[in-house]
Amino acid sequence: MKHKHISLSDCSLRDGNHAVKHQLNVEQIANYCKGADRAGLDIVEVGHGYGLGASSSAFGVAKVDDETMLSVARENCKTSKLGIHFVPGVGKHSDLDMAIEIGVDVFRIASHCTESNITYRPIQYLKAKGKMVYGVLIMSHMADAERLLKEASGMKAAGADGIVLMDSAGYSTPDVVSEKVSVLHENLGITIAYHAHNNLGLAVANSIAAVESGAEIIDATIKGFGAGSGNTQLEAVVAVFERYGYEMNVKFKDLVNLSLYAESNIISSVPDIKAINIMTGMHGLFTGYGTYVQKVSSDFGVDIFDLCERLASRKLVASQEDIILEEASKMAKGVV
Amino acid sequence: MSNRVAIIGTGSIGMDLMCKTISSKGLDLRFVVGRRSDSPGMKEAMLRGVATSSEGISYLEDNIEEFDIVFDATSANSHVEHDRVFSKHNKFVVDLTPAKIGELCVPVINMESLKDSRNINLITCGGQASLPLAYALKNSCEKVMYVEVISSISSDSAGIATRENLNEYVETTEFALKKFTDAEASKAILNINPAVPQVCMQTTLYARCEKVDIERLENNVNNVVKKVKEYVPGYNLVLEPLVDSGSVTLAVQVYGSGDYLPEYSGNLDIINSAAIAVAKFKSKVSAFGSRAVTIEEGLV
Repeated sequence: MKHKHISLSDCSLRDGNHAVKHQLNVEQIANYCKGADRAGLDIVEVGHGYGLGASSSAFGVAKVDDETMLSVARENCKTSKLGIHFVPGVGKHSDLDMAIEIGVDVFRIASHCTESNITYRPIQYLKAKGKMVYGVLIMSHMADAERLLKEASGMKAAGADGIVLMDSAGYSTPDVVSEKVSVLHENLGITIAYHAHNNLGLAVANSIAAVESGAEIIDATIKGFGAGSGNTQLEAVVAVFERYGYEMNVKFKDLVNLSLYAESNIISSVPDIKAINIMTGMHGLFTGYGTYVQKVSSDFGVDIFDLCERLASRKLVASQEDIILEEASKMAKGVV
Repeated sequence: MSNRVAIIGTGSIGMDLMCKTISSKGLDLRFVVGRRSDSPGMKEAMLRGVATSSEGISYLEDNIEEFDIVFDATSANSHVEHDRVFSKHNKFVVDLTPAKIGELCVPVINMESLKDSRNINLITCGGQASLPLAYALKNSCEKVMYVEVISSISSDSAGIATRENLNEYVETTEFALKKFTDAEASKAILNINPAVPQVCMQTTLYARCEKVDIERLENNVNNVVKKVKEYVPGYNLVLEPLVDSGSVTLAVQVYGSGDYLPEYSGNLDIINSAAIAVAKFKSKVSAFGSRAVTIEEGLV
């Protein structure tokens, strides 16, 4: 298995946007893309944390609009492919048209892991235009391997070139990752990508388990910059893959400057594992809720851990911030 | 006579409409038509003693003088075909598909002004849930600049048509939000949640506006919620308006009546209940001729 080729999809400018409440600016996007391109990263994903068309009161208003973000990134990514994240029901087909117009190369069409049939139409729409399309299964800890295979098979039938499994709550452990990735890899015959979060300190380990089980693309971010306690740290995972002898277009030494740039110009606080991140991880809540849960619990003066428990009992999926607000207001009024 | 109803489409929406029409005092259900005589909906209709036909639109055309109001619960493409027939015979139709060829209607906002319209479109479930709130807000401030609506529905209440038409759902809801509030910009988001037991529909409205009169907003919201409750008893305010300078946030939960569909399907119930409200109103307008029928009379 060693000596196979691994591609790196850098989502620092998309998942990282969650970490700064979607306030990445044009200069940061331009400079980071230039550096990532120079370092040889395969794919650079850019946008609002929740993807195209997601800038909103519910999810946070982005500092820079989608079109500007993508245009700036496109100008600065000469060899790296430019990627976007898109969730049907959040973004519109007109947003996809805009991205096609700007010259986005990789389209990642996402749904909650049990609802993949909502992605069929946009996948077919983009494949008809000859684009590279991945089907993304969000919150993949909420379905077993068999169900994930069923959902992924539907995306493949709709035309997806590959499947991305996202551990959006940072809930998974390496044994579970190996099982799920193996099942998809052995049964689908298309590229599998893995996207980890670090709530339990397992993002790098989970990414290695994914590659050893057949994944060929790994999502990672500079210094782990991403929602909640962040993602797989790009520099670290590349160093490990080098030691294991995997082939990559990117070398660890080329990431040193990018890491230093990001440290002094983009990342206001380096992601670490706070108690709230472990709490959301344990409860299987979307990791991006960490900051919002903190804000809302302090605004309404309610206990943060009680709030997490109540949200977990309502089985929230990703992008349900409005329910967090409603639950906190109910708690503040003493409604059971 | 002006209250005779026909339903075209025997899926879950058509069946729920059938149950609601049967139990509506003012309405008289005449036909349920579809395309397959062995469909579960058709069997259900026969079981309840309703006259059925698998000849669909051609049966309705052959019997065009036998009904006054038709609910179209098929698909957008089919509705375009069907409306050629309805239009030829000047037949009143309530369209539950996303075809959008008729006038957009939310009963508590504009039903009275549409009494002469022949084709009424009910927008989307998120539209029916949020537009009453958006309209209450518009009447409580100087100007709505931006309005956004996020709805969560249970996976089991989201059929294939909903899933394939998410883009149309978002576009139609955003269009209606602007139309009914005069906002410059709008945004709609739909979330599908697979939790079991199923979550009921919940809709949150966020807005930015100029000079909100908080007391007036609270009154207007309470009044409109009360009015919607007349046709959707499970429509409840769960987040009273939070006002922070020009930003307003409020939310409702929508439980269905459980007529044919489970109670958690508030999203399907609210659009069907709106259809019944429109039909009752129309039958009264026709019965009383030119005398103005108020919205309260229409809803009863």
